[in-house]
Amino acid sequence: MPENFEELELFAPGHRGCAGCGASQIVRWILKIAGPNTICVSATGCLEVFSTPYPETAWRVPWVHAAFENAAAVASGVEAAMKKMGKDVNIIAFAGDGGTFDIGFQALSGMVERGHNVLFVNYDNEAYMNTGIQRCSSTPYGAWTTTSPPGKLTIGKEQRKKPIAAIIAAHGAPYVATATIAFLEDLKRKVKKALSIKGPKFLHILQPCTTGWRFDPSLTVTISKLAVETGVFVLWEVEDGDFDNKFRITYKPKKRKPVIEYLKLQGRFRHIINKPEIIEAIQREVDEKCAKYGF
Amino acid sequence: MAKIVLKGNGAVALAIKMARVDVVAAYPITPSTFIPEKISEYVANGEMDAEFIPVESEHSAMSACIGASAAGLRAATATSSQGLELMHEMLFIASGMRLPIVMGVANRALSAPINIWCDHQDTISARDTGWIQFYAENNQEAFDLMLIAFRVAEDERVLLPAMVGLDAFILTHTFEPVDVPEQREVDDFLPPYRPKHAYLDPERPITQGSFVYPEYYMEFKYGQWIAMESARDVIDEVFADFASRFGRKYEKVSTFMCDDAEIVLITMGSLSGTVRHVVRELRNEGIKVGVAKITVFRPFPHKEIIRAVKNAKVVGVLEKNVSFGFGGAVYGEVLATVHGEGLDTKVLDFIVGLGGRDVRVEDVKEVVKICSDALQGKAVDKINWINVDKEAVKNA
Ligand SMILES: Cc1ncc(C[n+]2csc(CCOP(=O)(O)OP(=O)(O)O)c2C)c(N)n1
Ligand SMILES: [Mg+2]
Repeated sequence: MPENFEELELFAPGHRGCAGCGASQIVRWILKIAGPNTICVSATGCLEVFSTPYPETAWRVPWVHAAFENAAAVASGVEAAMKKMGKDVNIIAFAGDGGTFDIGFQALSGMVERGHNVLFVNYDNEAYMNTGIQRCSSTPYGAWTTTSPPGKLTIGKEQRKKPIAAIIAAHGAPYVATATIAFLEDLKRKVKKALSIKGPKFLHILQPCTTGWRFDPSLTVTISKLAVETGVFVLWEVEDGDFDNKFRITYKPKKRKPVIEYLKLQGRFRHIINKPEIIEAIQREVDEKCAKYGF
Repeated sequence: MAKIVLKGNGAVALAIKMARVDVVAAYPITPSTFIPEKISEYVANGEMDAEFIPVESEHSAMSACIGASAAGLRAATATSSQGLELMHEMLFIASGMRLPIVMGVANRALSAPINIWCDHQDTISARDTGWIQFYAENNQEAFDLMLIAFRVAEDERVLLPAMVGLDAFILTHTFEPVDVPEQREVDDFLPPYRPKHAYLDPERPITQGSFVYPEYYMEFKYGQWIAMESARDVIDEVFADFASRFGRKYEKVSTFMCDDAEIVLITMGSLSGTVRHVVRELRNEGIKVGVAKITVFRPFPHKEIIRAVKNAKVVGVLEKNVSFGFGGAVYGEVLATVHGEGLDTKVLDFIVGLGGRDVRVEDVKEVVKICSDALQGKAVDKINWINVDKEAVKNA
């Protein structure tokens, strides 16, 4: 970690992210930790669009974007090139949830299996935000999106969220962790640790999206925090995919808050807030998950 | 018949609903996203009796359409730009398997650099995939051509997939009044799809998508060739039937003031209106210019192009695509058609409006000026890039 990391700003202000966008904070903090000896790759998505409106750019480290589905494959190529040139550089790929869970999944799985020395960061805002809030396999049960609309026959998204971090860990990746910007020290430590390990690393970072989740821009950190305090999003890390011996919960809420506190702040759940059976189903599922994690 | 104010995307979504499509598999991409959004809403509210598959990529969107169509149902999708490119592999497979899938395509520029605005590079790059291609000038055409596309695609003499291009934002996001027929009228025009060649039924097992050796491969391809050739007459028949039912007459190439024109400008899509406007103005100044708009690009309308340009001395092709190292794709095809017919008409190419650059009245006038120079025997370039800052590129 660079000594001057407090003042080091490698992700410049003045980009076109929404007020309250969590993605820009994620990138800003990761680059502070990674420092200038870093190359970034981005998938198509909000981050790529709002940070590089030609002829401007927010990136003060080398950055390359090719398409939506292939950040992990492009990063694999960058890593191979660095290897060929004998250069030791941090390589970090950033992709949204679409670029990770869905269209980017094949390339990511390939990158991890081949063992490229890349840190893949998924900023997960739980929908395709850049195209205007469509459902993704990351979208949670019950959420409204424009392609999972609550209607006469549906409640919103009918399926559950894909457990992406566990799936990547199951590849045997040397390091996989979950994080949010509400627990900054935890995030910083995980980035540092990831970059100190050789091979493919994966960070799953929950990113509340003010536009897509429909909340006031001042609430981004509050909602990030509530996701963890309610147990909806659990902070953990695992090495080598070894859930039996090398798995750790990195933050346990002292007393878990009810999920309704998380859901009720977000317009995307408005249609289910007054449907106790759905709220109970969500609560039950969170309870079962947390019980497995021992809290 | 009701007049409804619709965006181009809304017109495509409504046409898919009214065509009673059984399976829609689609993926969001600007600027066609509204189409799957609207369809998911129709399905969520029980207004459309269809399965909507919110796939994880366009490759899967087209693959799922192929699965549904191979199973014997009517399948449709919509996409744009990068999405169409990611489907590219599956486009050949859909046509090679003779599956009459219909797709709306919001015509958008291709990366890199990434750009979400209008040009025709996406569908032009799919020209050789064996799909029938229609291009809409306005939202009414987008609606009508979608319905027409199903009829043509499913015709037993054809059995090929078809795409309908509509210009990004200019049509997809612009509201226009659209004449929408009654469901009953659409049902009469487009009867249920009952394929004899493609189905997956345990009681009548057939094999689709088999491994084909050199002994047979060319026959498959020749079969596609014949199907695309047959589509020429089928399209004319369907256009005529459509006109008799709904009163709107389509042509593969529609002409405006071409009969006595010395200069004929060739266009596709929403640009055509601007060009006709300029032509009307220039006619008042005594310049003999006309417009031929291509609505059907595959199969390529050779005969109709010849009819449109036979009296002209100069043909100017305005197009929103480029084949690097050659020129515009439409130019290449018009040139081959005109000279193949033995005409000595001069054919000039004008690359315009890439990545959403507006094609202004003054740009069209510049095109006509260059054509007029050619008409007077002055030396002009064959390939002309219009409204580009060439100095900036030189100095970069
Ligand atoms: C092959 C392809 N399909 C679709 C798109 C359109 N597209 C661009 S970004 C995007 C969604 C991005 O979602 P996500 O990865 O979650 O990132 P976010 O915008 O939410 O940050 C889509 C569908 C594209 N660029 N390329
Ligand atoms: Mg997203």
